[in-house]
Amino acid sequence: MTTKTRNFVLTLAALGLAYVGIFLIDTHLDAYKIRIINLIAINAILAVSLNFIYGFGGMFSLGHSGFMAIGAYTSALLVLSPAQKEMMWMLQDVAWPFSVLQTPFWVSLLAGGLAAAAFSLVIALPVLRLGGDYLGIATLGFAEIIRVLIVNWASITNGSLGIKGIPPHATLYVNYTCLFVTLYCIVRLLRSNFGNVIKAIRDDEIAAKVMGIDTFRYRVLAFCLGAFFAGIGGALQGNLITTIDPNMFTFLLTYNVLMIVVAGGLGSITGSIIGSVIITVMLEWLRIADSDFTLGGWTIPGVPGMRMVIFAVALLAIILYRREGIMGMHEFSWNWLFGRGRGDK
Amino acid sequence: MLKIEDLHVHYGGIHAVQGVNITIPRGKIVTLIGANGAGKSSTIRAVAGLCAGSRGRVVYTRRDGGREEQILGMPPENMVRRGISLCPEGRRILPHLTVEENLLLGAYARTDKDGIAEDIRRVYELFPRLEERLWQKGGTLSGGEQQMLAVGRSLMSSPDLVMLDEPSLGLAPLLVKEIFKIIVRINSLGKTVLLVEQNALAALSVAHYGYVLEVGRVVMEMPAQELLHNPKVREAYLGG
Repeated sequence: MTTKTRNFVLTLAALGLAYVGIFLIDTHLDAYKIRIINLIAINAILAVSLNFIYGFGGMFSLGHSGFMAIGAYTSALLVLSPAQKEMMWMLQDVAWPFSVLQTPFWVSLLAGGLAAAAFSLVIALPVLRLGGDYLGIATLGFAEIIRVLIVNWASITNGSLGIKGIPPHATLYVNYTCLFVTLYCIVRLLRSNFGNVIKAIRDDEIAAKVMGIDTFRYRVLAFCLGAFFAGIGGALQGNLITTIDPNMFTFLLTYNVLMIVVAGGLGSITGSIIGSVIITVMLEWLRIADSDFTLGGWTIPGVPGMRMVIFAVALLAIILYRREGIMGMHEFSWNWLFGRGRGDK
Repeated sequence: MLKIEDLHVHYGGIHAVQGVNITIPRGKIVTLIGANGAGKSSTIRAVAGLCAGSRGRVVYTRRDGGREEQILGMPPENMVRRGISLCPEGRRILPHLTVEENLLLGAYARTDKDGIAEDIRRVYELFPRLEERLWQKGGTLSGGEQQMLAVGRSLMSSPDLVMLDEPSLGLAPLLVKEIFKIIVRINSLGKTVLLVEQNALAALSVAHYGYVLEVGRVVMEMPAQELLHNPKVREAYLGG
């Protein structure tokens, strides 16, 4: 058996095991725990997509909440029936074509990703000529523009009232299937020539140029691909929580994803997944820090937002003491597990 | 093969290259020597399409009786496709990619699989050390090995004209000697070489023709052997 077929069989087996696990979780755990496990999958999709843009493409983008909002709204608009939308839109009537359109969930999901990618293309063309921090500021501004647009474009978005009653399509199976598909696509891309090219551009743009690479085109492509998966992640989140409004998509959302990516390791897909497990669980578990707690007879009053302080401190510690994150730039692979096939993918 | 006519390069307010004329005949090694800031690197970076603020004309003739065309102002990828390759200053190895991936990216603009495999073999012949380090990440190579990789990579686009920017910079004397030997070998493989060097002695000993640049202008040009014995050049660049 060659290494390749062994790896293929192992991957299939792991996938099968994962679905058995999901089945067990789905039938045995309570709704709260299932919600957290769902969030892990969605955060992993978001983290992988941001890592693709930032960790592999080297583009410091803070526009993730914007792409997620576009994905979530597009999906919600398509998945609701015209009658439901007509009832919900109170500020203005629903604009055509959404007033008559309804699509199956999968179509709406894909449309969410495509809409995010389309918007990202519009912003990429002027903004990706910038580098470093300037790109971060510009994309941050873009996310804010999207949010303001959502508040004010009431005929499409129902304004600040948001959209409620989105059918809960994003089950465990859906979320994890989306995660696996995302992982498959991104890993395949990164292992192809495309992956080497965007890493080359990240590491040394001049070197990439003298090798004959049209660096701008590749950066735009990588940026739009990342935005596509961010849109999918946003759409899933909307379908999980079943209600969306403009205030959900603030910078804090981007910050959470960024934290996962940095903690897991910039430039490591494995790191992003480990990071999303740890940080999603911690985000819930650390809620104790927000509430009152008793320590040796003393009752310490809870401070709302305390857990975010803890996270900020943890992030500082990571940046100071382990800048490369949990995984550095390393990846899990079967070959690594079996300790051979150096460099052989 | 390549004629640079009245080339000007500006960086913001700085006029780095001020009307340079250079002719590179096919099959020769031509070197540009001069002090820091003389405009040597800017000249070849402009030819490679990396300097946005450049004016003038660069006329290039492709091999096999191709026609002349003006190429200044085209993006870098067009230069690579026309057979002009730059090995940039400071090596610019991709640290997170393996030696082989670095080389393969050098052939990015090509689609002929057999030709690429053939050229990789040829690079390994030139630099056996690289073949030993096939799977090693570029960032873990020594300075000399990185320079070899950079030169090897610039050969992977199957260029007719190879432009080398300070290939001996920061190398131990023994490695400098090796690099120059390899430059002669590259030339003997039928490639035209444009060499930018501060190490004037070494550059002039391997080159056919030399240009001396001072503050953005060509101040002297003649066959390399004559430059080597020219009293002015000896005094200014060869240490008397």
